[in-house]
Amino acid sequence: MSPKLPPQPPLQHSSTAVADGQAHGHAAPPKGILRWLLTTNHKEIGSLYLIFSLTMFFIGGIFALVVRAELFQPGLQLVEPEFFNQMTTMHGLIMVFAAVMPAFTGLANWMIPLQVGAPDMALPRLNNFSFWLLPVAFTLLLSTLFMPGGGPNFGWTFYAPLSTNYAPPSTTFFILSLHLAGISSILGAINIIATILNMRAPGMRLMDMPLFVWTWLITAFLLIAVMPVLAAVITMMLMDINFGTSFFDAAGGGDPVLFQHLFWTFGHPEVYIMILPAFGIVSAIIPTFARKPLFGYASMVYATAAIAFLSFLVWAHHMFVVGMPLVAELFFMYTTMLIAVPTGVKVFNWVTTLFRGSISFESPMLFALAFVVLFTIGGFSGLMLAIAPADFQYHDTYFVVAHFHYVLVPGAIFAIMAGVYYWLPKWTGHYPNERLAQWHFWFSIIGVNLTFFPMHFAGLAGMPRRIPDYALQFADFNLLSSIGAFFFGTSQLLFVLGIILCVRGGKKAPAKAWEGAEDLEWTVPSPAPLHTFETPPVFHRTSHS
Amino acid sequence: MDSREQNQVGVRRTVIRTLAVLVGMFAFAFALVPLYDVFCQITGINGKVDATAQSIVHEEVDESRYVNVQFITRGSAGLPWQMSVEMRQMSVHPGQTAEVDFTFTNNSPSESWGRAVPSVSPSNATRHLRKVSCFCFEEQRLQGDERLTIPLVFQLARDLPEEINTITLVYTLYPVDRAVQNASTTNTRNASQVNNLHYELNNHPHYELKNNKAAGETI
Repeated sequence: MSPKLPPQPPLQHSSTAVADGQAHGHAAPPKGILRWLLTTNHKEIGSLYLIFSLTMFFIGGIFALVVRAELFQPGLQLVEPEFFNQMTTMHGLIMVFAAVMPAFTGLANWMIPLQVGAPDMALPRLNNFSFWLLPVAFTLLLSTLFMPGGGPNFGWTFYAPLSTNYAPPSTTFFILSLHLAGISSILGAINIIATILNMRAPGMRLMDMPLFVWTWLITAFLLIAVMPVLAAVITMMLMDINFGTSFFDAAGGGDPVLFQHLFWTFGHPEVYIMILPAFGIVSAIIPTFARKPLFGYASMVYATAAIAFLSFLVWAHHMFVVGMPLVAELFFMYTTMLIAVPTGVKVFNWVTTLFRGSISFESPMLFALAFVVLFTIGGFSGLMLAIAPADFQYHDTYFVVAHFHYVLVPGAIFAIMAGVYYWLPKWTGHYPNERLAQWHFWFSIIGVNLTFFPMHFAGLAGMPRRIPDYALQFADFNLLSSIGAFFFGTSQLLFVLGIILCVRGGKKAPAKAWEGAEDLEWTVPSPAPLHTFETPPVFHRTSHS
Repeated sequence: MDSREQNQVGVRRTVIRTLAVLVGMFAFAFALVPLYDVFCQITGINGKVDATAQSIVHEEVDESRYVNVQFITRGSAGLPWQMSVEMRQMSVHPGQTAEVDFTFTNNSPSESWGRAVPSVSPSNATRHLRKVSCFCFEEQRLQGDERLTIPLVFQLARDLPEEINTITLVYTLYPVDRAVQNASTTNTRNASQVNNLHYELNNHPHYELKNNKAAGETI
């Protein structure tokens, strides 16, 4: 590697140069690709994360469209079942680890320092490293598709022994890439925690922080707690495959059920890692466009913490059919239902914030409102799945697919899109083209519901997931889902177009781009200069305390 | 000390703490493997039976009650064996000692090793099933085309819960990789250690070696 180091932001390394406020020690950044390879600036790294995530969103989306194209009609027509399995697996892995998680980390990089009044992230070089691990990890993961025997084909949950004894030879590469992605998330989480806990503007208490910061703080703790468990599980798989151990192999005294317990110990908190920051974004957007302070700020914080805590106690609701004793079924059923309480508090607070507000329906607000409605539908189907005896029927059917796509697509992804439309004026200095954004919104909401709503019915009628063929009675539902999927996928090109146009020009945005916006990021100019808050801002306690 | 230096100290402290949690959770995940086994053994959840022989406990046979014990045998890919049982099910009284013959047939002309791994359903019956002698305690070796009949001797404890009328015992055959036995010793070092252990166990009748007193005393 080149010994050339990036220019050091004076804040991190000197305590004298900044006394006069705006320090001027920034050397000219390296040009071209090196600028991006070596950058330690939270805004540039945030942009890198978001661009990476958007790219992966399309790659994962293409995999999903392969799946939907095969399922357009009953029978096998386009792809081999083996390749179909690789597509479902890769779609899940890419969307979870390369699209949704990096998108939230990108938003965190951009917005957390701006929202707490910090000049940058606490550990800027580590920040650079955590981002650049990602392209390496996912190039490796995608390359397995071209290896002999194909890529991972065991579902994104990679249950052993399907992912050990019966896995393709490329599985070792899959494990390595997941390790890299995991290290990236962990380092990102450490950075976020260190920033939030130590670099807030003077006078800003924890309970003064915007909710996006709060939800990310809690998410980062979840990441710190469960990513090591994932690392341990895949390390055990690695040893089972390559070094003759038998953690998950019954023949050698191991236990495949242990894999499921360990995986879901990671996996359930992981699903909250993918939704808590979305709660934060929506909690920023709804008050802005309702022109009212958020209702129940403190209860939002406690509800988020409660959800995070409960997420450690519910893992086995993914395993109701594994043969658990009755006591365990009941325990996991009740704890799972308990999660509906703090989640209900949140939905109640959002709705109450809207109540008697002066609401306007710009594109961020549309996405946020769609989030509240459609995420709630996903929550309700989750409650149905939480009922252990009912889950015996729903398990591994398209009902489950419908459920988690409702919480992830119009849940997490709509929230990310809402956040992008909300903060684009701050990032680029231009408003996104509102007409285009509204088209994008309406196409997306029609596409999402057309794709995923029929899956509820197909699932209740008994259609199993992860199967390339199906019985004739499911044909109509699948036809609708496939049409919806292509409609939704294509309409996302409008999103890309909107972003490109917004970067290149558009209506100029003032510092406070939205009338009702309150947080600190709206006090810096639009577009936000490369270096902000080099002297800590004076924090005025606002509405929510 | 100015506020930026304070920040730096704070950041360092936060990083050290989060790293400690990180390492702790990684270690905890590995610790869960033995903890899981212990948990399953204590509670009998998961149908995991003791892998050691237990002694017969002499207690009065409860002739008022019949329990249906079913046997299921399953082969597995990669092992050309057939496993069959003398009878698919039998009725026993709690407290009674029963015996049933299992037959292993090697359908291939070459020697191979296998292991039958047991599972009990319902899982809360696990702790009340005492195996006095079982082929599942150790790995089996069959010569090419050999047929071997081994009895399973077991006893149902008197305190078997009232609501259990049927117990299903499933044996799944798994191939055991015995590369060292056939091929040269250059193969793996790990495997040879396992082998040595296995021979030691084989040299003792397992009744004497692993008489589980604790199980006998509890009743």
